[in-house]
Amino acid sequence: MDLLDLFLQQLINGLSLGSLYALIAVGYTVVYGIVQLINFAHGEIFMIGAFGAYATWMLMGQPTDWNAPMSILVLLPVLIIGGVAASVTVALLTERYAYRPLRNAPRLAPLISAIGVSVFLQEAVRLFYGEIPGFPTAKSAIPFPSIPGISGSAFQFGGVTVQMTAVFTVGALAVCTVFLWFFVNRTKTGRAMIATSQDPDTARLMGINVDKVIMAAFAVGAALAAIAGVAHGLRYSNIDFRMGFLAGLKAFTAAVLGGIGNINGAVVGGLVLGVVEAMATTFIPGQFGSAAWKDVWAFVLLILVLVFRPQGLLGAKVVDRA
Amino acid sequence: MLEVKDLVVAYGRVNAVKGITFEVGKGQVVTLLGTNGAGKSTTLRSISGLLKPVSGEIWFEGERLDGLPAHKIVERGIAQSPEGRRLFRQMSVEDNLKLGAFSRKDTSGVKADMDRVYDLFPVLGERRTEAAGLFSGGEQQMLAIGRAMMCRPKLLMLDEPSMGLSPIMTQTIMRTIKELQADGVTILLVEQNAQAALSLADKGYVLEVGHIVFSDSGRNLLGDDRVRRTYLGAD
Ligand SMILES: Nc1ncnc2c1ncn2[C@@H]1O[C@H](COP(=O)(O)OP(=O)(O)OP(=O)(O)O)[C@@H](O)[C@H]1O
Ligand SMILES: [Mg+2]
Repeated sequence: MDLLDLFLQQLINGLSLGSLYALIAVGYTVVYGIVQLINFAHGEIFMIGAFGAYATWMLMGQPTDWNAPMSILVLLPVLIIGGVAASVTVALLTERYAYRPLRNAPRLAPLISAIGVSVFLQEAVRLFYGEIPGFPTAKSAIPFPSIPGISGSAFQFGGVTVQMTAVFTVGALAVCTVFLWFFVNRTKTGRAMIATSQDPDTARLMGINVDKVIMAAFAVGAALAAIAGVAHGLRYSNIDFRMGFLAGLKAFTAAVLGGIGNINGAVVGGLVLGVVEAMATTFIPGQFGSAAWKDVWAFVLLILVLVFRPQGLLGAKVVDRA
Repeated sequence: MLEVKDLVVAYGRVNAVKGITFEVGKGQVVTLLGTNGAGKSTTLRSISGLLKPVSGEIWFEGERLDGLPAHKIVERGIAQSPEGRRLFRQMSVEDNLKLGAFSRKDTSGVKADMDRVYDLFPVLGERRTEAAGLFSGGEQQMLAIGRAMMCRPKLLMLDEPSMGLSPIMTQTIMRTIKELQADGVTILLVEQNAQAALSLADKGYVLEVGHIVFSDSGRNLLGDDRVRRTYLGAD
């Protein structure tokens, strides 16, 4: 494999991994833009999305014999809907019961509450292991169903292979970004979200129900995180209750990288982070380029950005026009 | 139309409004005067539902308002143009006006009212796609008033609409207030410019550190010694 092929291969791997980060990062950024809360439990919302999809698959009787078109057109959408429903429900419940009562409390209080929610959700899922008939007892990883049609390689050019799961992940990000742009710029709730992120009191004077806007922010973030959860399951073929921790941390890094509060920034930040990780494991020589070091490089990048461009790549603060 | 009874409002433990009672009749222009920190903005913010009163009652057209969330109060027909304008600066003039009409569903009515704002303030119409933050202070004030009018309020509360404006611009704003009154809008006006406010007010209340110290018709207050000394700069 020549150097160019290697570069392109890693670029594709990086964009696919970065799309995963980006889908999760949007949730951090949208919520931060509106309530200035770093929702530390968002990684767990992503995990719940994966488990929601998995639970849906079990409820459907663990179908394995569907043909590819049916799987892509029916099974996959159903799993995604199941995951989104689970994530959105849990996100709205945490907003209502863990964050809303603390809205006027000092900033530290909701942050600690978020950490509590994060631990709670991890443990709650872990305790289901082996308790529900059909739920594996394995304490580490649960095999995620593979969807016929979304496995193996999609196409190949030269020495570069593009996996189906990569196509799915990047495609999901593209679709979600378009949807998000439309939502923020063309719907009333979206406009209300921008107004609330800029000046919540004045937004209320306009007749905007800020509680509803906050719920919408949590719901949108959770829905994208759930899609990322399904993409993660398909990409790595297994899921576990801890998967939200590192993914959440990376996605948070991506959000800060792009400029927290800025939706475009979250997408760009996610992609940049994914590509940097992929490149670092290939082009940094010796043990520093090993897979074990990729997380180190990811956070080195975060520190560099925070030192030299603290507002993030695209600028921070408000939920800007997506 | 609006009745405020024994209203007490606090920030933390400190009372900013300490039991005030006043009334605004339908179709009137009523002004609240008072030195800095007297509690004028606090009063307006509690009527709008941004602040929860500690005690007291707020009634509007026979319905009790205190305790309702702010967006419900807008639906009842009360709009506020807040102190310092508080425009959405990165948004265009048009988007600001659309947000002012957020609670409305009649698209054609909104369009008509937007045209009315542009008639009233032609500069806004000419530059409707520009970001609000790019306008001069006076132009921004026009937009803030226009935005508050967009929900077709029965009661319009203006918090220091002439702040930072030239005398000529202040006159324009005051003339607009009169026109709105002629259109049937009731107005509660908070002003530092007592001369301008009292000249067009049917009634005025004077606040001092959270208490109403006296009230009278606008004309009588203009001639009142205490008002002249404190608010009109006469000896
Ligand atoms: N957010 C706040 N937190 C704490 N105290 C406040 C807050 N806002 C106002 N206050 C206090 O409440 C009192 C009344 O303030 P308010 O803004 O109502 O005065 P005002 O009459 O509108 O004054 P001005 O003419 O300067 O606008 C003041 O003592 C002020 O310091
Ligand atoms: Mg004030």
